[in-house]
Amino acid sequence: MERGARRALIVAVARDVIAHADELNRLDQAIGDGDHGTNVRRGFEAVLAEVDDLAGMSESGALAAAGMLLLNNVGGASGPLYGTLALSMARNLPGTTGISGWIEAFGLAIEDVKRRGKSEPGQKTLLDVLVPVHTSLVAGDDAAVARLASVAENAAEATRSMLAVRGRAAFLGQRSVGHVDPGARSASLIFGAIGRVLVEEFDGK
Amino acid sequence: MASKPNVGVVIVSHSSKVAEGTADMVRQMVGDAVPLAAVGGNPDGGLGTHMTLVLAALQKAWSEAGVVILVDLGGAETNSEMAIEMMAPERRDRIVICNAPLVEGAVMAATESSGGSPLEVVRHAAEELMAGR
Repeated sequence: MERGARRALIVAVARDVIAHADELNRLDQAIGDGDHGTNVRRGFEAVLAEVDDLAGMSESGALAAAGMLLLNNVGGASGPLYGTLALSMARNLPGTTGISGWIEAFGLAIEDVKRRGKSEPGQKTLLDVLVPVHTSLVAGDDAAVARLASVAENAAEATRSMLAVRGRAAFLGQRSVGHVDPGARSASLIFGAIGRVLVEEFDGK
Repeated sequence: MASKPNVGVVIVSHSSKVAEGTADMVRQMVGDAVPLAAVGGNPDGGLGTHMTLVLAALQKAWSEAGVVILVDLGGAETNSEMAIEMMAPERRDRIVICNAPLVEGAVMAATESSGGSPLEVVRHAAEELMAGR
């Protein structure tokens, strides 16, 4: 990926998350402590402030640097979870090649996020977006990138009927059912933005 | 003070007031006999937790005898685990997160530490609270 495309990707992800901060706070007010939007906005504002440096780095270097920015600025449980996702991908990416290498590193990073959060899919967390997105990419057909955004958005919506087992939402028990998980929603924003930028990137070639 | 160091105690809350108040209660019991650090709040100073603050606390309260961490809610534990991984490899296995209530655990752990007990005994003193004794 060219430097310009890397920059566009980072900007698109950060802007999408920042633009939806109020919505994420509202989702978190329903089943958590209400600060998820504020937290991820702070993290992605820090990423956006460094975008020129990040775009000039290797892909692995940029992921590592972005991961540390998220870790140091997001806070809450989502800071370590998104930080772990990016740092683990940065660690696993070197030595792989092409899109299959990215998918492999993403899969390994998901395992690290599971360990960090002591969680599995089906427990109303960001994993309920990460895992379906990864599964869809592994399928590897021509439409995999084109459907990334819709897979992510549908996966986030599917957390509405789930019972929270982890995080503050678990305190609510059955009352957590009927609300979209804010972490799943922020993950869907991130992968939705990635999907849209990649479609434009590939269409332009 | 040529005696061996006491186990350090780190308090991690979502609230800086809770963290500081807990530290006050610990000092009331043990004075400055135990390396102690207390942190709370997000990067903006609001309620929340923050890996960088926890890491600084671990460095401040570091003891060659090890460090116990007391946490309140989920994010405090997740950020503490991440901060442990950011510590030098030879220190990581001398840092433990106690499965204990924050205030009672911190006071029990510090009291045990002030008597010179090793890391596992200090941890056990805090975690006994959960076992109902």
